[in-house]
Amino acid sequence: MNVNDIPVIDTDVLVIGGGTAGPMAAVTAKEQNPELRVILLEKANVKRSGAISMGMDGLNNAIVPGHATPEQYVKEITIANDGIVHQPALMAYAQRSFSMIEKLDSWGVHFQKDETGDYDMKKVHHLGTYVLPMPEGHNVKKILYRRLRRNRVEIENRFQATRLLKDPDGNIAGMIGVNTRTAEPIIIRAKSVIMATGAAGRIGLPTSGYLFGTYENPSNNGDGHAMAYHVGADLVNLECFQINPLLKDYNGPACAYVTGPLGGFTSNAYGERFIECDYWSGQMMLEFFKELEGGNGPVFLKLDHLAEETIQEIETVLHTNERPSRGRFHDGRHTDYRSRMVEMHISEIGFCSGHSASGVWVDETGATTVPGLYGAGDMASVAHSYMLGAFVYGQICGESAAVFAAKRGEPQLDEAYITEELKRIRAPLLREDGIPPAQMEYKVRRLVNDYLQPPKVTRKMEIGLERILAVREDVPNLCAADPHELLRAMEVQSIIDCAEMAARASLYRTESRWGLYHYRVDHPEQNDQDWFCHSRLYKDENGNMASGTRPVAPYIVDLGEEKDAYQKLRVEKTASA
Amino acid sequence: MPTANQRTTVPVLVDEEKCIADKGCTVCIDVCPLDVLWINPDTGKAHMKYDECWYCMPCEADCPTGAVTVDIPYLLR
Repeated sequence: MNVNDIPVIDTDVLVIGGGTAGPMAAVTAKEQNPELRVILLEKANVKRSGAISMGMDGLNNAIVPGHATPEQYVKEITIANDGIVHQPALMAYAQRSFSMIEKLDSWGVHFQKDETGDYDMKKVHHLGTYVLPMPEGHNVKKILYRRLRRNRVEIENRFQATRLLKDPDGNIAGMIGVNTRTAEPIIIRAKSVIMATGAAGRIGLPTSGYLFGTYENPSNNGDGHAMAYHVGADLVNLECFQINPLLKDYNGPACAYVTGPLGGFTSNAYGERFIECDYWSGQMMLEFFKELEGGNGPVFLKLDHLAEETIQEIETVLHTNERPSRGRFHDGRHTDYRSRMVEMHISEIGFCSGHSASGVWVDETGATTVPGLYGAGDMASVAHSYMLGAFVYGQICGESAAVFAAKRGEPQLDEAYITEELKRIRAPLLREDGIPPAQMEYKVRRLVNDYLQPPKVTRKMEIGLERILAVREDVPNLCAADPHELLRAMEVQSIIDCAEMAARASLYRTESRWGLYHYRVDHPEQNDQDWFCHSRLYKDENGNMASGTRPVAPYIVDLGEEKDAYQKLRVEKTASA
Repeated sequence: MPTANQRTTVPVLVDEEKCIADKGCTVCIDVCPLDVLWINPDTGKAHMKYDECWYCMPCEADCPTGAVTVDIPYLLR
């Protein structure tokens, strides 16, 4: 079949995004049913793409028998998210967490074990013990790639998906996209689609001003969030921003998970501990922010009290794994963990369920609100998923999508919609002069910082939304000189979509929740009476961005006496200096 | 809307003596998540064509001849 002279590729299962969740989803679909055709589409190259391109130094949410139970985990993550979670989805993760660790272990991923051969678990969370170091975690992507080849998953590298397709009944039908090196369009008809497109990490601007110095891999720019929105899927809790504690000017985490168990901690300017627990929660980030902006600021990572061999161990992990350029950054500034504390700061904002709780709504089967469309990893709404959650939901989505594809006939394509989308893709290349994508991107991301970065103020956000919409008016002048610039031109349109979503979602929830993530100065209190619910963001029948609510599903794990534990994160006795 | 050309220093350096891109190697070009490394048509060697770097280092780690060095971008240094 051809549409507009472009051959249509047919597949049973299409996976968009080849980082962490995507490869696991594709392998699982094949394992489930080897007869299915499974295509994995990746904007970069699956060998080194996504959030863990250079590996990962630990699991932050491992539920290992003898150390924690699924019930304890579901309770802790519910409390850390001020109650707004879908517990059945957390439980589905928690129950598969250990079998996934064993699966990865059998594939050759190395986890730290103690002298008796047990997993060497560390306590970083406020209540339970869930952190499992993986000091040799630099080979994860290689291991995933081997599995993709062994299971004969078809890989399409350097293709950017730009829009999802639906059939007349509202089921998913495939996608349209473009080759990032040749600008040739691609149309894939699929019986089911799994999105694993990562965080929306390029909405805000890092304080350095360098567009690509983001916390998230910058190829995770929110294409998936935008595509899900345009195809009619619900997104939830987007006002629950991701904001992480980082080294000042460097996008690596300060790594409480690595340094904490070895005696390092987050301190104020006087070398004093001010938070009880370094686990990344909105409440912790609010205390971090207050210290950063207060008279005891800024905030530092304190390691200079540790023994030489401990510091060497920390350096080995931090400078060879997730962010190996970190040692080079310190060398350039003559910073040595032994002699002084390292200045910290907070990241730009983003949407990332890996660390917070926002994203495309999925239930405990990985299903979005569009039949046949599934979501896994940082883009889907399961709270605090991290890498292991991406693997588990990749697996869950792989199973669900394989079943959906097997019981379905060939989807019908909407040729008029495809024609319109091909026009949108080609437009920036057809213009001889106009606004280069980098300039438009800088502008919209700078507006996000100025108007949407917490503390959030209603009038400021209204102005911000107005200014973001004004940038959208400039899109018809967007101009690309070559296929690579076209990639950026398509990305900036997703970034504008995400910026608008961030503004509208933040304006909708008229309370404060999740600590710094949704700290509204003019609505400072948490209001459970009116706002104990998910917020929805979706495209309404007139094509407008709309908001609504979704009730929180009844809890399957009771919170008990610890329900306010994350409200008490500040160390009681503060600095007297 | 007329445009201007603005120069910028780039963080990825390729030692042209060691680079074997002219012999058909494309390892660094393949692994870059942001697709900013391309063959320089004048020399046949790899170079950083776009200043859009995450300094994540697969290009340096995977280069078979040790020709690639990743610096921290100047704005962050």
